[in-house]
Amino acid sequence: MNELRAILSDSIARLLTDEVTVDVRRSAEDGDWPTALWTKLEENGHPRVLVPEDQGGVGGGWLDAHTVIQAAGRFAAPVPISETILAGRILADAALDVPDGPITIAPVRPDEVLKISRTGNSWSLSGTVSRVPWGAAADHLAVQAEADGQPHVALVAQGQASIQADRNIAREPRDTLTFEGAAVIAAAPASDRDSLWRYGAMIRSAQIAGALETVLDQSVQYANDRVQFGRPIGKFQAVQQQLAILAGQTAAVGAAAETAFGKAEAGDPEFEIMVAKTRASEAAEAAASIAHQTHGAIGFTYEHTLHYATRRLWSWRAEFGTASHWAGRLGRLAAGRGADALWPMVVAR
Amino acid sequence: MQHFHFEPCQLPPEAEELRVEVRDFLTENLHDPEVKRARSWSGFEPEFSRKVGERGWIGMTWPKQYGGHERTFFERYVVLEEMLAAGAPVSAHWVADRQSGPLLLRFGTEEQRQRFLPQIVRGECYFCIGMSEPDSGSDLASVRTRAEKVDGGWKVNGTKLWTSGAHRTHYMIALFRTDPNPEDRHGGLTQFLVDMKSPGITVRPVPDLAGQEHFNEVIFEDAFVPDDMLVGTEGGGWGQVTAELAFERSGPERYLSCIRLLLELIREASQDPTERQAVAIGKLVAQLANLRQMSLSVAGMLQDGKSPALEASVVKDLGAVFEQSLPGIAQDLSELEPTLENGNDFQQVLAFLTQVSPSFSLRGGTREILRGIIARGLGLR
Ligand SMILES: Cc1cc2nc3c(=O)[nH]c(=O)nc-3n(C[C@H](O)[C@H](O)[C@H](O)COP(=O)(O)OP(=O)(O)OC[C@H]3O[C@@H](n4cnc5c(N)ncnc54)[C@H](O)[C@@H]3O)c2cc1C
Repeated sequence: MNELRAILSDSIARLLTDEVTVDVRRSAEDGDWPTALWTKLEENGHPRVLVPEDQGGVGGGWLDAHTVIQAAGRFAAPVPISETILAGRILADAALDVPDGPITIAPVRPDEVLKISRTGNSWSLSGTVSRVPWGAAADHLAVQAEADGQPHVALVAQGQASIQADRNIAREPRDTLTFEGAAVIAAAPASDRDSLWRYGAMIRSAQIAGALETVLDQSVQYANDRVQFGRPIGKFQAVQQQLAILAGQTAAVGAAAETAFGKAEAGDPEFEIMVAKTRASEAAEAAASIAHQTHGAIGFTYEHTLHYATRRLWSWRAEFGTASHWAGRLGRLAAGRGADALWPMVVAR
Repeated sequence: MQHFHFEPCQLPPEAEELRVEVRDFLTENLHDPEVKRARSWSGFEPEFSRKVGERGWIGMTWPKQYGGHERTFFERYVVLEEMLAAGAPVSAHWVADRQSGPLLLRFGTEEQRQRFLPQIVRGECYFCIGMSEPDSGSDLASVRTRAEKVDGGWKVNGTKLWTSGAHRTHYMIALFRTDPNPEDRHGGLTQFLVDMKSPGITVRPVPDLAGQEHFNEVIFEDAFVPDDMLVGTEGGGWGQVTAELAFERSGPERYLSCIRLLLELIREASQDPTERQAVAIGKLVAQLANLRQMSLSVAGMLQDGKSPALEASVVKDLGAVFEQSLPGIAQDLSELEPTLENGNDFQQVLAFLTQVSPSFSLRGGTREILRGIIARGLGLR
């Protein structure tokens, strides 16, 4: 990690340690917007880490974004910071202005399509998108939409859709939005139809990597503290072996996610994203199971904090594609290129 | 609290140039059928090892004064991964290149280095590892094979077991007990270089369950080892063996044992796989690529002069789980049965790897022992 990124990593960790208190998490789960937390993030420029300086951002790269997004996952920050970072990048890539405040993205389901159409100088948006993170709460929405069959990126303000509210099991808002000729602030052609889906999977992989670190830390700490049969349960081999598995999975997903972001910095990370989201979604399952087993009944209570990470793992492993979705894509790619191309493909990264 | 961080690592351009050379070399020199390539890490071919030595690909990171090539860990890494991915028969020179040579460089006398390292580098001098015994497996500190001080050297009695390649290698790096009543459990052990042609040594191959003659029982009956073959310090064997095992565990071979089967599985699936095949293959490829990221990161740590012993144990454990799962997954995707004599490449490779896969989580430290090491690294013990 270079020096600037180490500083960024420390500062975001300090900010989130101070601001993401249990009270903040609880009230966010009850539907309150954590104003103080978001304001601090904005003051530090974190939501705009990928926006170029001449467009009012920080001008960082994907690895800087990784630092912020991984930390957001680690601290279970109940705000759409990752979505805003991605929206900023997508808008900036399409040479559109990036507004202040939280921005969410849509569609986040692979089978949903939004359409924009032009009348004179203005665009309007139609279609229904589901499971949109903070769909009602975000100030703006960056969408990928089709115009005459061509992919576009468009920016829409809050309040243009009819909304059906829902949440994921981490009680993060996941709303269904229906647009019927809604006003579009700006739109521009985009290079690629699939990018929101792919980069969405990449950011969820880094969030999962962060949450895995938290469940590992909490589980090791608990195993050292909890005494049964006259000694800390972490002295029992059965517990040690499980925590060693958890540590291995955590390290593996950390490497996969960071590699994907590093590759995004240099070129097309499609292969690395398939690897990262497959591994992250797989590991989320094993990790949550080991962490809960280690914690016993106390970890099954709402009072204990373990669930802030595990409920996110269970949500995020499905969002932007399951392990099987990405493995299927990767498997078809590998089979399509043939056995002899496999090893060169793995090392040519 | 400790996290294991595997910083993503990029190979430098000179390592990628070397990759091309290695591939060309393999195209020219390796014509084995698939099922033979599946034996890579047990394939023993002195002729091949000498050619590898001629190319300067053994002892790559060692000092020139001992015949080494002073190249980077990255260059060594690329050579190793290309050899293993191609299924080259590396086992003759491999043990010396990976662990005996580095052990001598670190703990050997100047005379031992001058004598052994240049022969190793040429691909002419092969080593085996005499650690395990009938009653000492995971609990290595309990070894009983006794070396007693006699005039000019040591008299050795006892039995080593599971010694890979003892029937066809020149020397053994052996761990013997030099003090029968040490003060602490890890004391009283000493490493020696043993000439396998010495009188008093009997080597008996122990066929494995697949019928291969690969590992051995080695019986010492008043065998003599001269003083100048003691490695490192008398009584310091435990610390040295621990360092040696760290060399053994950190290589890229720890996830590539079953790559032939993954390739055959992809061939079987054709370019138009079913959804079930695609998902299963994708999950395997994801693990393969993920392990390669981690293993390359370990090479980066070595290059930076760190000692990534814990990280290497993490990769070895994950790698063994991956390798070991492959035959079962491959079989579940195909109605073709494993075959010994006939059948296509998939069937033959499946037959071989299904049988040898139990060893992946035993050799070089069992799964349970590795996870114990990882747990200690987490601060749990
Ligand atoms: C293919 C192959 C090649 C080998 N080559 C060599 C070689 O060249 N040189 C050499 O010296 N050795 C060699 N070995 C031996 C290898 O190092 C041992 O098999 C290994 O150290 C385990 O010892 P063991 O087989 O006696 O099993 P044991 O130690 O008896 O273990 C049996 C089971 O008990 C578990 N167990 C033991 N202790 C503990 C503990 N404290 N906590 C939890 N579980 C425990 C083990 O994990 C394992 O599951 C080779 C083995 C194989 C399979």
